[in-house]
Amino acid sequence: MSVLVLADIAASGVALATRQAVSAAQHWGQPVDLLVLGGTDAAAHAQIAGVRRVLHADAPQLAQPVAEEVARLLNGLAGDYAVILAAHGSLARNALPRVAALRDVGMVSEAVGLLGPNSYQRPIYAGNLLATVDNRPGLQILTVRASRFEAAALDGQAECAAIAAPAADGRSRLTGQKTAGGERPELGSARVVVSGGRSLGSAERFHACLTPLADRLGAAIGATRAAVDSGYAPNEWQVGQTGTVVAPDLYIAVGLSGALQHTAGIKDSRVIVAINQDPEAPIMQLADYSLVADIFDAVPELVRHLQTEATA
Amino acid sequence: MRIIVSIKRVVDHNVQVRPRSDGSDVDTSGVRMVINPFDENALEEAVRLRERGIASEVVVVSFGDATVQESLRQAIALGANRAIWGQAPAALDQLAVAKLLRHVAQREEASLVMLGKQAIDEDAGQTAQMLAALLDWPQAVAVSELAVDGDTLYVTREVDGGSESLEIRLPAVVSADLRLNAPRFVKLPDLMKAKRQTIETLDCAALGIDLSPRLQRARVETPPPRPAGQRVGSVAELIAKLRNDAQVIA
Ligand SMILES: Cc1cc2nc3c(=O)[nH]c(=O)nc-3n(C[C@H](O)[C@H](O)[C@H](O)COP(=O)(O)OP(=O)(O)OC[C@H]3O[C@@H](n4cnc5c(N)ncnc54)[C@H](O)[C@@H]3O)c2cc1C
Ligand SMILES: Cc1cc2nc3c(=O)[nH]c(=O)nc-3n(C[C@H](O)[C@H](O)[C@H](O)COP(=O)(O)OP(=O)(O)OC[C@H]3O[C@@H](n4cnc5c(N)ncnc54)[C@H](O)[C@@H]3O)c2cc1C
Repeated sequence: MSVLVLADIAASGVALATRQAVSAAQHWGQPVDLLVLGGTDAAAHAQIAGVRRVLHADAPQLAQPVAEEVARLLNGLAGDYAVILAAHGSLARNALPRVAALRDVGMVSEAVGLLGPNSYQRPIYAGNLLATVDNRPGLQILTVRASRFEAAALDGQAECAAIAAPAADGRSRLTGQKTAGGERPELGSARVVVSGGRSLGSAERFHACLTPLADRLGAAIGATRAAVDSGYAPNEWQVGQTGTVVAPDLYIAVGLSGALQHTAGIKDSRVIVAINQDPEAPIMQLADYSLVADIFDAVPELVRHLQTEATA
Repeated sequence: MRIIVSIKRVVDHNVQVRPRSDGSDVDTSGVRMVINPFDENALEEAVRLRERGIASEVVVVSFGDATVQESLRQAIALGANRAIWGQAPAALDQLAVAKLLRHVAQREEASLVMLGKQAIDEDAGQTAQMLAALLDWPQAVAVSELAVDGDTLYVTREVDGGSESLEIRLPAVVSADLRLNAPRFVKLPDLMKAKRQTIETLDCAALGIDLSPRLQRARVETPPPRPAGQRVGSVAELIAKLRNDAQVIA
């Protein structure tokens, strides 16, 4: 038996999370196959080290697939595999529970630790607690928190095989997509993230304050739910339990309090910086470096320092 | 059109939960319990659909011990027409909940089942998708906008880095994102009225459904804390630390 990894859809090349999921898949010590969908570049995925075979299902309905189509495809393949795994991104969150139900097996969401052949660690209660869960032996279906795993190298030479996809069902149709886009690195995999909270006060001030800093550091921009709900930042920037979980080298929390639901999404960051005028704010206890200051003074000063030193 | 809304009773998000001293499970004794926030969004949307004449009836269902009846009464006070308490052991996993919901959806001849996109205790985010698969219905997960026209559902759902719009044929399963709506607050007189309404009891063990958990919880612990941080006195000091100690900026 072997392990099947569902690759994230990538507009070009290979998503970082896919390489991390392939690393996680080595845990079982069995051959690893990779399923890529639609127009995704199968040849690029064949270079991921540790992959035996790339299975490429390229049908029109899989270019921007709905869960139903992905689940039916995976259900057809499941009989050949001991494990089906993917990064905990929207594609897998949407499709894998469907596959689990079709196979009458349990599923483990967002494993952060792989302990045995069917034993996992995963965060519960917004990351406040860590649970060890044992899934029943038999087919294992799970998503992993990709950032907990080293990315597999790109020096592999897997074989590629085209596979057929079941005909489209048509009861669910994708009619549009909206992405934040832009020049910024993607929030979920950025090396540096600058996040703002409610204290920014307006969309204009949010951007005026944080954009220069993010530009200076090549950072993605994040936000708290309070900032998003107040209309300062778009939904997809929300970081936390119910937004994106980030794990950058550097996370800069600007004028946000550090509610549990927010910090659930940042605890894997290597270095956390907090700037807040309230020394008692929870984020100030969590941060590796905390600065008690008014953000409207401190952030521009930070940008000035980084600028003059870069030109010096 | 009849809508089923599932309600999970969870620990209030403001409570800082701890493991039991033997590490076997979460210590939930004596803590404040509430309706899962995402389920409130699902319920609110369903009630609005009925208020607009699109749905004929909203039925809420919760699986668990006797305490879930309190959450069901609250759901009635918030606008549900009737409630079903699925009397069940606490340790139902997502697949078991999905199987029970399938039973209820079929029995009630529902056209739409609405759930939360995740429960804030277990954070699995699986039940809606599992239910949709078991019913062989289409699904829309993490929905932030919803409109119904005849037997078509137009939804916007939240995905990594943006959103997508879907057109879905009913019957279907929908899971609610927090942004779907702003749930109304419960009014005291409505709560008093709801106290008098009967709640149907469903004996889950008698349904002949395999509810044996696929997932077993072996241990619960507090994650290792991050090392204590330091306070810096100035922006210049912050930059020096980031550059020289942490080496995260050039
Ligand atoms: C079910 C549920 C899910 C949730 N999911 C998420 C989630 O995924 N992500 C998320 O972020 N939140 C989430 N929340 C919301 C969360 O509980 C908090 O309400 C939110 O994170 C608070 O945002 P904030 O820190 O921006 O605002 P606040 O808590 O209001 O904090 C503002 C901070 O700014 C500081 N400040 C004000 N002015 C200045 C200034 N001039 N200079 C310096 N500092 C200043 C204040 O001292 C304060 O600490 C969720 C809530 C619920 C109930
Ligand atoms: C061995 C074991 C022991 C457990 N012990 C406990 C415990 O002591 N206390 C505890 O709270 N949990 C316990 N659980 C977990 C509990 O059974 C899960 O919460 C359940 O499996 C649903 O998972 P979830 O909340 O992550 O689902 P999600 O997929 O995140 O939930 C999505 C949606 O499904 C619906 N839903 C989920 N559960 C129910 C329900 N019971 N009734 C109605 N609708 C529902 C809600 O609409 C919810 O918004 C235990 C689980 C196991 C396997």
